Amino acid sequence: MDTIKQTETTRPSSFTGIKGYILKAENLRAFYGAFLAVKDVNLEIKPKSITAIIGPSGCGKSTLIRCFNRMHEVAHGARITGKVLLDGEDIYAPGIDPVSIRTRIGMVFQKPNPFPTMSVLENVVAGRRLTSVLSKRIEMEEIAEKFLKQAALWDEVKDKLKQSGTSLSGGQQQRLCIARALAVEPEVILMDEPCSALDPIATLKIEDLMRGLAKDYTIVIVTHNMQQAGRVSDMTAFMMMGDDRAGGLIEYGRTDQIFTNPKDKRTEDYITGRFG
Amino acid sequence: MLGLNSLGAGIAIVVVCLMLGYIIAHGLSFINLDFITGSAVPAGQAGGGMHNEIIGTLILVGLGSIIAMPIGLMTGIFLSEFGTPFTVSVVRFATDILAGVPSIVVGVFAYAIIVKPMHTYSAFSAGAALAIIMIPVVARTTEESMRLVPGAMREAALALGITRWRAVISVVVPGALAGIVTGIMLGVARISGETAPLLFTALGNSFGYSGLGNPIGALPLQIYRYALSPYKNWQQQAWAGAFVLVVIVLIVSIAVRWLSRKRRV
Repeated sequence: MDTIKQTETTRPSSFTGIKGYILKAENLRAFYGAFLAVKDVNLEIKPKSITAIIGPSGCGKSTLIRCFNRMHEVAHGARITGKVLLDGEDIYAPGIDPVSIRTRIGMVFQKPNPFPTMSVLENVVAGRRLTSVLSKRIEMEEIAEKFLKQAALWDEVKDKLKQSGTSLSGGQQQRLCIARALAVEPEVILMDEPCSALDPIATLKIEDLMRGLAKDYTIVIVTHNMQQAGRVSDMTAFMMMGDDRAGGLIEYGRTDQIFTNPKDKRTEDYITGRFG
Repeated sequence: MLGLNSLGAGIAIVVVCLMLGYIIAHGLSFINLDFITGSAVPAGQAGGGMHNEIIGTLILVGLGSIIAMPIGLMTGIFLSEFGTPFTVSVVRFATDILAGVPSIVVGVFAYAIIVKPMHTYSAFSAGAALAIIMIPVVARTTEESMRLVPGAMREAALALGITRWRAVISVVVPGALAGIVTGIMLGVARISGETAPLLFTALGNSFGYSGLGNPIGALPLQIYRYALSPYKNWQQQAWAGAFVLVVIVLIVSIAVRWLSRKRRV
């Protein structure tokens, strides 16, 4: 709980000093069959920070982050070229198991998707339980409490742990999905428009939560909501679809710089609401 | 149009009521303790019952289910989760054909590949014949109910680092469980009344169960034989057997209804 109290929507000033990166895309291209959806993305994600990816609909934002945890290839005929480095190691190198990558890079989806056949408690520990040998029940409850607290959901659901995960409100369900992703203890959490199905109050709660989590985790969030990117992120990447219908990275930099002093005309046009 | 529809629906209801009423009227009065617990008696004698045939039907349906369930479930899971568009269309076409094969042909087939080489009619060959009839029912209902589980559930599981197989078994199958159980029950209801495949395989056995490798009695078979016989006692017992068979199928059907209603909630 203490993580959420001190999180204001302003960016921590200490951030600017962070050097290096945890996740890096090199000449990344993503395909659906023969269709090139994302082209030549080079991007360095800084550790323990929030990176927002913004851009108009259909520009490949979601496709890009799905390449970061090898979820892109789940779709039939989808593939990539180029590299994605996690801690310097190419996650697409031969012999790397995509399943192991996904335990290190978690994901939260647009629509809250708790498992309907599982209780709140079972949902939180689902990743742990189904990726390893069954642990003891007591341990499960400790784990669930720890991560529900991290997801700022514990106080609201501590009396409902046995209820179905889908009995919660939309915002609670999304925080439950965040707790479920956290429980696998990933290094990076990808969020694909996590608030687009939520009301403004639930959205603010998730944003507060994200700021708190950024102390321990690296977060990459896709959002179509520029205000949200401005509120929560340290770095912002702006993507746009080119004339060939393939999405590309236009500009990447500190969020305040992107929003106040964009270098590219197209970024400026998008930020100022001239299109999108 | 409404009139025609109502007429059709009315006829369907009337037929069901007439048939059930007829069977109850003829069969119920011959149901007694002896019928349930007694064995068949020689023609002309009074008394006797279908105890061995009731047990035989339960064994055959159980045997058929044990063979058909894993094959049907695996086929359904393959169709829904693992097949490529081409293999799915091939397998689905094959199950559709299998579902359309007349049951007497299934019986002849089981006779040719199991009874003849083994040189004996057997409970096993009858169970296998019933399983062939049940497999497509289970496979298609399993596939359909698994496809109803949203893709978001599979994605959520995969994104947690859960393997594909584990995601299917621990997330998709539980989500589709009510539908899968309904499919199994439908299959059970379907095979418990089958007679034709048993003619060439089970043969009938009035002395009770004597191992899977030997002939076995079954309710539908005995009803068929007794109904054709000229003996009053046997004809009455055929009605009673029909009544018991209908009750068994009715119980299974009601269970199906109950389960599929739960599924919608």
